[in-house]
Amino acid sequence: MGEEREFNKLYSRAFTRNMVLIVIVVSFVPMLLVSGMILNQYSISYHEKLYAHLKEVVHRHVQNIDSFLHERLNNLQFLLDSCQNENLLDESVLQEKLFQLQQKYDGVFEDLGLINENGVQEAYAGRFSLEKAEYSDAKWFQEAREKPYYISDVFPGLRSRPHFIVSVKTFHQGRYFLLRSTINFEAFNSLAENLRIGKTGFAFILNRNGDFQTKPHYDMLPNSRSYMDFITAGKKEKHGIYIGEIQDSPGLNQAIYLAGLLKNEDWILVYQQEKREAFSDLIRTQIVAAVILLLGALLIITMNLILFHKVINHISEVDREKEMMNRQIIETGKLASVGRLAAGTAHEINNPVAIMVQEAGWIDDLLQEEEFREGKNLQEIQRALKQIDTQGKRCKEITHKLLSFARTSDTQIQNVQINEIIKEVVAISDKTSYTGISINTYLDKTMPMIYGSQTEIQQVLLNLINNALYALEKDGGKIDITTRSASRYVLVIVEDDGPGIPQANLDRIFDPFFTTKPVGEGNGLGLSICFGIIQRMGGEINVHSTVDVGTRFEIRLPLKKPMALESEDLSVKT
Amino acid sequence: MKLHESQNVNEKKIKVLLVDDEKSFVEVLHKRLSKRGMDVTQSFSGAEGIQALRKVDYDVAVLDLKMEDMDGLEVLKVFKKMYPKMEVIILTGHESEQAAQEVVKYGAFAYLTKPCAFEKLLDTIRKAISD
Repeated sequence: MGEEREFNKLYSRAFTRNMVLIVIVVSFVPMLLVSGMILNQYSISYHEKLYAHLKEVVHRHVQNIDSFLHERLNNLQFLLDSCQNENLLDESVLQEKLFQLQQKYDGVFEDLGLINENGVQEAYAGRFSLEKAEYSDAKWFQEAREKPYYISDVFPGLRSRPHFIVSVKTFHQGRYFLLRSTINFEAFNSLAENLRIGKTGFAFILNRNGDFQTKPHYDMLPNSRSYMDFITAGKKEKHGIYIGEIQDSPGLNQAIYLAGLLKNEDWILVYQQEKREAFSDLIRTQIVAAVILLLGALLIITMNLILFHKVINHISEVDREKEMMNRQIIETGKLASVGRLAAGTAHEINNPVAIMVQEAGWIDDLLQEEEFREGKNLQEIQRALKQIDTQGKRCKEITHKLLSFARTSDTQIQNVQINEIIKEVVAISDKTSYTGISINTYLDKTMPMIYGSQTEIQQVLLNLINNALYALEKDGGKIDITTRSASRYVLVIVEDDGPGIPQANLDRIFDPFFTTKPVGEGNGLGLSICFGIIQRMGGEINVHSTVDVGTRFEIRLPLKKPMALESEDLSVKT
Repeated sequence: MKLHESQNVNEKKIKVLLVDDEKSFVEVLHKRLSKRGMDVTQSFSGAEGIQALRKVDYDVAVLDLKMEDMDGLEVLKVFKKMYPKMEVIILTGHESEQAAQEVVKYGAFAYLTKPCAFEKLLDTIRKAISD
C-alpha cells in the first residue's frame, strides 16, 4: 500500500512535470516567435526610419555647406563682373566692395585681396595688414593659380588662425589676377556645428588628408579615421551618403556615422552619434518587451504549476475515493456471500439441534417414570439433560445471530431490559484476570424496559466494549458502563481511560471501512454497524474523546417504540 | 405418570397430526405428545399428511415448511381447504419474517422456529384448541 502510494506520488510528479513542460513549450514557442518577429520587424523599421531621417539631415547639410561655398565664389565673381570699369587695385575701391559684401553677408567675408601672377598681393582690404603679402610659396596659391575658381582647405596661414580662402581668377586691367577672400571660420564652422542631435550626435568635416575642416564640438576625437575610411567602411546610399558603424575603441563607444562628400569630393561631412543614444528608444522598447515577456513567462509557469497541482490533487482525491469505493464493494460482496453461507448453515443446523433437544426432552419425560425415579444417577442425568437443553438454546441463539448478521432473519423486536444485556455482555467480555483491564458497571436499578432487538443491542455493546478493550490492550485501564433513565429515553455510557481518539479521526469513526487497526485486523465496519442499529431504533450515538484522557460513547435509546417497529409480534396469533 | 393423568382428567384426547420430513423429529415429538395424552398421528411428507387428514378430523396439525415432496405452504392451503376448523401450527428450521407473515395470511395459527422449547409447543397447541 505504502509502496503503491509512493509510486503514485512519483508517477504524478513525473506526470505534472511532463504536462507543465508541454504546456510551457506550447505556450512559449508561439509567444516567443510572435514577439520576436514583431520586435525584429519593429527594430528593422526603426533602423530604416532613423537612418532615413539622418540621411535627410546630413544630405541637407551637405547641400547647405556646398551651396554656402559656391555662393562665396559667386559673390566674388559677381563682384568682379559688376566692377569691370573700376580699378580694384585701388584699395579704397576694394575697401568699399568689402564693406558691401560684409554688409550683405554679415561678416562672412573677412577681407579681400588682389594677387598678381607672381603671388604678390597688390591690393588688400581688411582688418589684417597684409598689403604686399607674398603668397608665391603658399600651397593654396599654387593650386588656385591653375583654376578659375578655388576654395582652399582650412589652414592656419600667415595669421596662425584657422581660416580658408576662396579665390576667383580674373583678367583685370590687362593682367591676370586672383581675387581672394578669407572666409570667417566661425560662420562656416557653425554650418557643421548646427548639426547636433542629442548628447552625442554631432558633425564635422574632414579633408582628404583627414584634417578637420571644422572645429569638432567636443574633445571626443582621438579620431584616427581618415577621409577614405569613412567611404570604404560605409555603405553608399541615395544622395551619395555613406552609412557605417564605428566599433568600440578606447574612449569611444560604438557609434554610427553618416558621411556625405562636398566641395567636389575634397571634403567629407561626417555625422556621428553613439549607437546607444541613437537607438535609445529602440533599446528601451526592447527592454520593456523583454520584461513583459519575462513576467508573462513567470506568470504562465506559476499558473501552470498551481493549476496542475490542483488537477493532480483532484485526481488523487478521486483515485482515493475510487479505491475506497472498490474496497467497500469488495467488503460488501464478501459480507453478502458470508451472509448467504451463514443463513444456509443456520437453517441446516436448526433441524438436527431440534431433534437433539426433543430427544433429551424425551429422556427427561421417561425419567418421570416410576422405575427410574430411584436411580442413583438420576440427578446427574437430569443435570446432563438440562445442559443439552441449554446448549440447544445456545445453538439456536448462534444460528439466530448468524441470520441476523445475514439480515435474512427477522430481528426479534421485544421488550428488553438493557441492564440485563449489559451484564451478559460484560460477563462475556471480562478479561480482567489476564489483561489488567477492569470493567465496572454502574447500572440504574429503575431502568425501564425498552423496545428493541436484544441481539442488536448486544452487538452494539459488544462492539463498544471490544473497541475499549483494544484501546486499553497495551497499558491496561478501566472501562465504566453506566446506565441512566430519563423521561423519554435511556442513556448508556461506555467510557474508557485509554489513549483517546485524535480529533482528525473523531469525525470519521462512524464511516464505513474507517479503521486504525492494522490491515487484516479490522474491517472498519463495527462502529458503522452500531450507528446503523442505533439509528434504526430511533436513538442516537455520540462520541467524546480527549487524547490521553479517554473516550466516552453515549447511546440514547427512546422509550417509545419507533413507528417502523410497531408491527405485532408474529409468533403467536391472539 | 403425572403428566398423563392431568391431560386425561381435564380433556378428551386432542388429535394432533405431525407433518415433517425429518423422521426422527416426528418420532420424538410423537412420543412426547402421546405421553401427554394426545392422539398423535405421524406423517413424513406433505402427501402423507393430506392422506391422513382424509381419514380423521384432527384438532391441530404441526407442519414443517420445507419438505422434499411439497412445500409446507401448499400443504397449509390444502389443509385449510379440506378442514378449516383444524388449526395449523408451523414449526420450521427456517426462521424468516416473510414466511411468518405469509403463513399467517393463509390461516396458520402460529409460526414457531426450531429448535423450539417443548413447553412452548404444548402451550401453543393448547391455545389453539381453546380458541
